[in-house]
Amino acid sequence: MDLDLPLVWFILIAILWTGYLVLEGFDFGVAMLMEKVGKGDRGRRVALNTIGPVWDGNEVWLLTAGGATFAAFPHWYATLFSGFYLPLLLILLALIVRAVAIEYRGKINDDSWRRRWDWVIMGSAWIPSILWGVAFANIVRGVPIDETMTYTGGFFNLLNPYALLGGATTLVLFLSHGAIFLSLKTDGEVRERAEAVARTMAPIALVVAAAFAIWTQLAYSVPWTWAAVAVAAVGLVVALGAGRARRYGWAFAGNAVAIAAAVVLIFGSLYPDVMPSSTDPAYSLTVDNASSTDYTLTVMTWVAVIFTPIVLIYQSWTYWVFRRRLSADNIPEHSSLTFLPKKSKAKQ
Amino acid sequence: MEVIDLARWQFGITTVYHFILVPLTIGLSTLVAILQTAWVRTGKDKYLRLTKFYGKLLLINFALGVATGIVQEFQFGMNWSEYSRFVGDVFGAPLAMEALAAFFLESTFLGLWIFGWDRLPKKVHLATVWAFAIGSMLSAYFIIAANSWMQHPVGAEYNPETGRAEMTDIWAVLTNNTTLVAFPHVIATAFLVAGTFVAGIAVYWMVRHSRQDKDHADLPMYRTAARFGAVVMLLAGVGVIITGDEQAKLMFEQQPLKMAAAEALCETEQPAGFSVLAIGDMGTTDCNEVNNIIVVPNLLSFLATGTWDGEVTGLNQLQPEYAERYGAVDENGDEIVYQPNLVVTYWSFRLMIGLAAFSAALCVAIFWFTRKNRVITQGWLGKLAVISLPMPFLAASFGWIFTEMGRQPFVVAPNPTGSDQVMLMTLFGVSEATSVGEVATSLAVFTVVYAILGVFWFRLMHRYAVEGAPHATYEEPTDDADRPMSFAY
Ligand code: HDD
Ligand code: HEM
Ligand code: HEM
Repeated sequence: MDLDLPLVWFILIAILWTGYLVLEGFDFGVAMLMEKVGKGDRGRRVALNTIGPVWDGNEVWLLTAGGATFAAFPHWYATLFSGFYLPLLLILLALIVRAVAIEYRGKINDDSWRRRWDWVIMGSAWIPSILWGVAFANIVRGVPIDETMTYTGGFFNLLNPYALLGGATTLVLFLSHGAIFLSLKTDGEVRERAEAVARTMAPIALVVAAAFAIWTQLAYSVPWTWAAVAVAAVGLVVALGAGRARRYGWAFAGNAVAIAAAVVLIFGSLYPDVMPSSTDPAYSLTVDNASSTDYTLTVMTWVAVIFTPIVLIYQSWTYWVFRRRLSADNIPEHSSLTFLPKKSKAKQ
Repeated sequence: MEVIDLARWQFGITTVYHFILVPLTIGLSTLVAILQTAWVRTGKDKYLRLTKFYGKLLLINFALGVATGIVQEFQFGMNWSEYSRFVGDVFGAPLAMEALAAFFLESTFLGLWIFGWDRLPKKVHLATVWAFAIGSMLSAYFIIAANSWMQHPVGAEYNPETGRAEMTDIWAVLTNNTTLVAFPHVIATAFLVAGTFVAGIAVYWMVRHSRQDKDHADLPMYRTAARFGAVVMLLAGVGVIITGDEQAKLMFEQQPLKMAAAEALCETEQPAGFSVLAIGDMGTTDCNEVNNIIVVPNLLSFLATGTWDGEVTGLNQLQPEYAERYGAVDENGDEIVYQPNLVVTYWSFRLMIGLAAFSAALCVAIFWFTRKNRVITQGWLGKLAVISLPMPFLAASFGWIFTEMGRQPFVVAPNPTGSDQVMLMTLFGVSEATSVGEVATSLAVFTVVYAILGVFWFRLMHRYAVEGAPHATYEEPTDDADRPMSFAY
């Protein structure tokens, strides 16, 4: 085969990240906005249940991106995750408590129990929403890596203005994305509040993302990625305009395109590196020196070609099954269980 | 403490924790699917109630299973980056396949199952729980294939140019004979755990109801559940023993040191007896400090070789053999001790097998005391049921502790009939970029967070179990947009 397999996998991994950021992006956004659009338990539940059936499947895009990086670019996987140790630890902690919080919040009928888990759900969405941007910006910018592909910087190396702008970019993109998703999936008061947030967030997202994209383009990128910058801009402008016109389907598509274009920009500026070294360009991890053998890549290509479409089909089907808008009327009574069984009977 | 020690503790703690939840998810998802199938086919209310009851417990468990699994996926890169560089070409493949083929299936269809009761036609909804159950088994398959490769590397070659193991045959990796026995052993374990779980809770309820009210309407339902669980335990128990025996034979060929350590067998014996109880100072590397007290003659020969008088090599003979073949000193110039920690391997092996006795006792008791439409009323049986509940969980954890600690000092154990270069000492698998401070932080944080979440998990499982099976109603799916959802967070 004459295919450049490492390049194919570089692109596939970009696609997996796109899937992750587009899908979990609105999950995070919804969680961050739960309090604001919810105003009260019932409203928060309306918001949370818009992502109820899908958030776990969305998160698997991340696991797949991680697994695929391990299989296709072992050195990238090794250098990245051992180097970005503490930020990754924070992200993992957030994802852990988030999964548990979403699942456990409604299991006990007690206001303070639910309130506490709600704070966990919200907090654990803010952390990764910022840190993913910080992490990607640092990868693009280059970090200290020595000749053995080992990261030699510390934690504070990762906090620099460009990376913080990256963090702000993912944060505002996800907030806007979540607000648009809520506008699309809810009805009643929650929808009104979500639309208001969406209208505020869209211009902010446009400005912050444009700043980050232009900085990336000027400082780290190659000419052809101007196209990605342009597409991202168009996506965000469409999101803004369609949001004004209350065409939230279009707004959602615009935002999704913008996120995808941002991934293209990031991966495009990296190529042919996967992790540039700021110590010496000769030490950079590249698509070629970090990759697996052609045999492994061929095997994995077949696996990806067979399974990715299947996954896309059944995940899309899930969205179709749960296509209906939710409003306060759709929210059932709480489960009547409390940790103190007698009291709950007395109350009823 | 050095990075290596902390990293090992962290891996051990997070993985054992993950695997306490895993077998229940794997086993119970299938059992819930069977209960729901029974309901769809017979329309009997009791099956619907049991589906909802055990389904709820499954969800509480699944949440923490997912949460702890996420860490597993990244931990190789964080703490074991040198290991990841060495094996990624081979080991990454099953891991990526697991995510793509199994995790997506599991999580997507679970979402459909939880929220789909009033959205999907009955049969389609039933199919979603089966897809979820199949997904969880698939995930076990791929991860066991990855783990088995570390126990018995096949389908790979060492490339001196890149300094790593490289895959030559994916099919050999996926059909590793170690995988083909470990997978059924783990699945049988999962069903033993889930069968005990279903039966244990049902017996508890039978006793409770029958004491309050001899004719309680729920008694037949719990009797059904108890007998269902007992059948599962019986089949799973037989499966565990058969596959365990197969594993022992393979282990004897592939990792003779692990076998000798499991038995604290110092000197080669022919025929070799199976040690039931041994005392002495196993903490030292001097194996001769150990005294066997109770020995079943010839049993070890049979377990290891399949004949009653086969020869089993002892630790004192294996150490020099290994030193000659794989080196006497490591890259740091220290002498390599090939013998794994004796206390851990010896006792974890015995606990793995021994703790299953509780399930066996419960299984027999259920068959006997529920014969001919009887229900269980004896208080002591209720107690046995509750005590038995955690035992197979512990047995499974000890099984892993044995498998993993018995492999030391290797993280990728050499394959005696394969290439001698495809192997890696645990010591050299650890990350170079990470500091003691970082690993200590993550170890402390994970331990604390897991402990806190474990408390919630336990309290919720307990609370829902002692609430009993809810009364369930089924409403046909409609297009009525204003109807409350059948389930919402
Ligand atoms: C024998 C089975 C088995 C074993 C040995 C492991 N797991 Fe596991 N894992 C499962 C069986 C499983 C499962 C049954 O599929 C889980 C458990 C509970 C659950 O919710 O799904 C799961 C969940 C789970 C998840 C979350 C998936 C999701 O979001 O749906 C991840 C990322 C991992 N695991 C990764 C790992 C890794 C990297 C392991 C190796 C150290 C590992 N697991 C050992
Ligand atoms: C879920 C079941 C598993 C359990 C309970 C388990 C248990 C353990 C334990 C207790 C250790 C620590 C051993 C020591 O420090 O000496 C360990 C180490 C390790 N295991 Fe496993 N393991 C499991 C599955 C796996 C799987 C499926 C893999 C690979 C896919 C794996 C890879 C490793 C690695 C890389 C180490 C670190 C090296 C070491 O310290 O031995 N384990 N495991
Ligand atoms: C007669 C009973 C049993 C025998 C002979 C047996 C045998 C074995 C052997 C030889 C191994 C190690 C494989 C290796 O390291 O290469 C093993 C591992 C294991 N055992 Fe058992 N076992 C028995 C019962 C049980 C029970 C009752 C459980 C749990 C309920 C259990 C759970 C496990 C687990 C989880 C592992 C680790 C995964 C693996 O390597 O398959 N075993 N068993």
